[in-house]
Amino acid sequence: MSYCPEGEGDISMNRREFLKIAGMSSLLGVGGFSLANTVRNDLEASQIKSNPAALTAKRWAMVVDMSKFKAPEDYQKCIDACHRVHNVPAGSDNPKHEIKWMWPETYEHAFPGNEDEYLAEKVKHMPFLILCNHCANPPCVRVCPTKATFKRESDGIVMMDMHRCIGCRFCMAGCPYGARSFNYKDPRPHINESTENREFPTRMKGVVEKCTLCYERLAKGLEPACVEAAKEVAVKKGTTPGLIFGDLEDPNSEVRKILSERFSIRRKPELGTGPSVYYVL
Amino acid sequence: MLENAIYGSRRYWIWVFFLLSIIGAGMLAYLYQFKYGLGVTGMSRDVSWGLYIGQFTFLVGVAASGVMVVLPYYLHNYKKFARLTILGEFLAIAAVIMCMLFIFVDLGQPLRVLNVILHPSPNSVMFYDMLVLSGYLILNLLIGWTVLSAERKEVAPPKWVKPIIYLSIAWAPSIHTVTAFLYAGIPGRHFWLTAILAARFLASAFAAGPALLIILALIVRKYTKFDPGKEAIQSLGKIVTYCMLINVFFLGLELFTAFYSQIPGHMHSFVYLYAGLHGYNQLVPIMWVSSILAAIAVFMLVFPQIRKNESLLAVACVATFFSLWIDKGFGLVVGGFVPNPFERITEYWPTLPEAMITMAVWAIGFLVLTILYKIAISVKEEVVFDKYGERQINAE
Amino acid sequence: MYNGGKIIIGILIFVGLVISPFLLTGEKATAKPDPKVDTPEILKMPENERKCVESKDYMKREHMKMLNEWRDLVVRDGLTVYTSKSGKEYTMSLQNTCVKCHSNKTKFCDECHNYAGVKPYCWDCHIVPKEKET
Repeated sequence: MSYCPEGEGDISMNRREFLKIAGMSSLLGVGGFSLANTVRNDLEASQIKSNPAALTAKRWAMVVDMSKFKAPEDYQKCIDACHRVHNVPAGSDNPKHEIKWMWPETYEHAFPGNEDEYLAEKVKHMPFLILCNHCANPPCVRVCPTKATFKRESDGIVMMDMHRCIGCRFCMAGCPYGARSFNYKDPRPHINESTENREFPTRMKGVVEKCTLCYERLAKGLEPACVEAAKEVAVKKGTTPGLIFGDLEDPNSEVRKILSERFSIRRKPELGTGPSVYYVL
Repeated sequence: MLENAIYGSRRYWIWVFFLLSIIGAGMLAYLYQFKYGLGVTGMSRDVSWGLYIGQFTFLVGVAASGVMVVLPYYLHNYKKFARLTILGEFLAIAAVIMCMLFIFVDLGQPLRVLNVILHPSPNSVMFYDMLVLSGYLILNLLIGWTVLSAERKEVAPPKWVKPIIYLSIAWAPSIHTVTAFLYAGIPGRHFWLTAILAARFLASAFAAGPALLIILALIVRKYTKFDPGKEAIQSLGKIVTYCMLINVFFLGLELFTAFYSQIPGHMHSFVYLYAGLHGYNQLVPIMWVSSILAAIAVFMLVFPQIRKNESLLAVACVATFFSLWIDKGFGLVVGGFVPNPFERITEYWPTLPEAMITMAVWAIGFLVLTILYKIAISVKEEVVFDKYGERQINAE
Repeated sequence: MYNGGKIIIGILIFVGLVISPFLLTGEKATAKPDPKVDTPEILKMPENERKCVESKDYMKREHMKMLNEWRDLVVRDGLTVYTSKSGKEYTMSLQNTCVKCHSNKTKFCDECHNYAGVKPYCWDCHIVPKEKET
């Protein structure tokens, strides 16, 4: 097949010119359009503020007092409160697709690497409540390619932006604590319509979710649902609550008080993640 | 030059339509996955990456291996690879396209994929992976097309192509190092948390990629008038040999650290893959298939008498390719998730829709490869063949 | 013309593909949007208080952008209170502010969205308010 050299009114030469012009015009057009968009009515900064009733902290932390959690009746209400308030779908037919924000694990599973057959039997069977540790140095945030999961500057909560998540599940690989769940299918058929919380959205298939320390409740001046439930259980039993919530950087907070009095452990601290969930026995 | 792809023999069209039918079936499977979610695959809360990401990881290696023919030819004037470079570059293009497709089908919200560009996150290795893969695709398309057009016009390629070629040589190892970094910096997964992971990736890539290239070169020689060169294939064979040996050596290093230190976190994944852990042993058979294939490959490659025999070399290359395909395309990813952070085990095996989608992506890759090779060979047949006026078998 | 048969068939297929969206949407695309604001919640309010967060014109043009900005402010910046141009304060929330009054998605939101052929994915997650059958 022969090939005509370029020049002298050759079709291919005109086609190239045309493509160059078309490409440039498109770029300018798109660029111009985007520029025009920026001068539309944006919201003024003065129109936005936070709720004055909101709970604030420099670094939120949770202490799980295991002396208060002995049997399911002690902690199940905390889990149920969390899952109900956030429309977490109930256990579906397939355990592989389980979604959980808070759940109990025994010692060897909560603290793998620390197991010992001569450990006190009582400790071996304790129901350690597991949730996202809201690490100070979270690997999940480090790996997220869209900042869909990010660490809140104001109070250290590791947040989820469900609108931005592309469902790549890198954060799930990155989390050393197995705190995250993925929506492998539409969760709505597995949410009980009669008990759903109509003030909080559900999620859709294809995004990752986890405990977000009830940021939406903190914004209204309420404590996390699990903490509130733990308080109710404590009142009924006449003891102090099993979940203590507060500002780790406030020397006068409840969490600092209990941490200064009792020995505490965190999960896999040697990884440098700086977990904010402490367990006291 | 594109028109070369629509003229072909009966055999060519049968092959193309065969690929199209696999792609069609896979697309239906993907529509099913898009509608119902990734739950149609075998992935779970514990094993959140599976076949798709494994195949992506393996194919980045194949894509990077293009450098193994480009570097000697352009940097060191190794004339024997003159007729292989375009095949290597086009293989890289097909492989990178497959990589991008595997990422896309693995996403839970694929329509939001542009968020990675709209919200750049320099803290994330995946952000850099997107950059280097896109860059590598553009580089190879530019280089391959320009050099091929120049050859067709029987002129020297334009001068600006040279620095771009040098850039692609530096870029190739980077794409696979970045992919290794996806795994090697994750604090919770001890199977992957090893400095040597990037080195292992490169070694296995430079064994698997050239192995595939040898097989493709032999196919090209058999079915077209174009001969990439007997000596070129032998040189590639030596590359596969050494890289496979290095790869096996690296695996030995990993096994030593894991089992001499006796640290459970380091050992558990290996034990799960090769012996079974707590009664879970679904992956043990194929991991041993991979190891046996590797042993056969190494044995056949090490002895020059065997390697020089092209039919036996082809067998060794097939063994190499499939051994590494299992190891990197499956064992590596699943092994990282077993056991899970709670020391429990959830096993993983791909489902039928997952397999169909995987095959469709491979078919798309092979279709791109077929079209690009058809174009390259048509040009070469016309120009290179005519130059010498005779069929080249033992030329140069 | 050369290859006339193939060309004519090609043109017919092309025309078919191009007009297929119109054929498939049918009625929905042509009915003029008529968003209803007579929800029970709105009717409960005295007439002079029936105002949206911003003016009708503004909302018509900018509600998409505003919702996007609200979303980022609430989720990413932790700010929840919005002061409208009229000075009134609202909590920035689609599910808890907007649809508290506009509780009839099918007769309000969907009217224009169907006409424009857009399917905003808000409702995949944000719970659709229960509509009273009228």
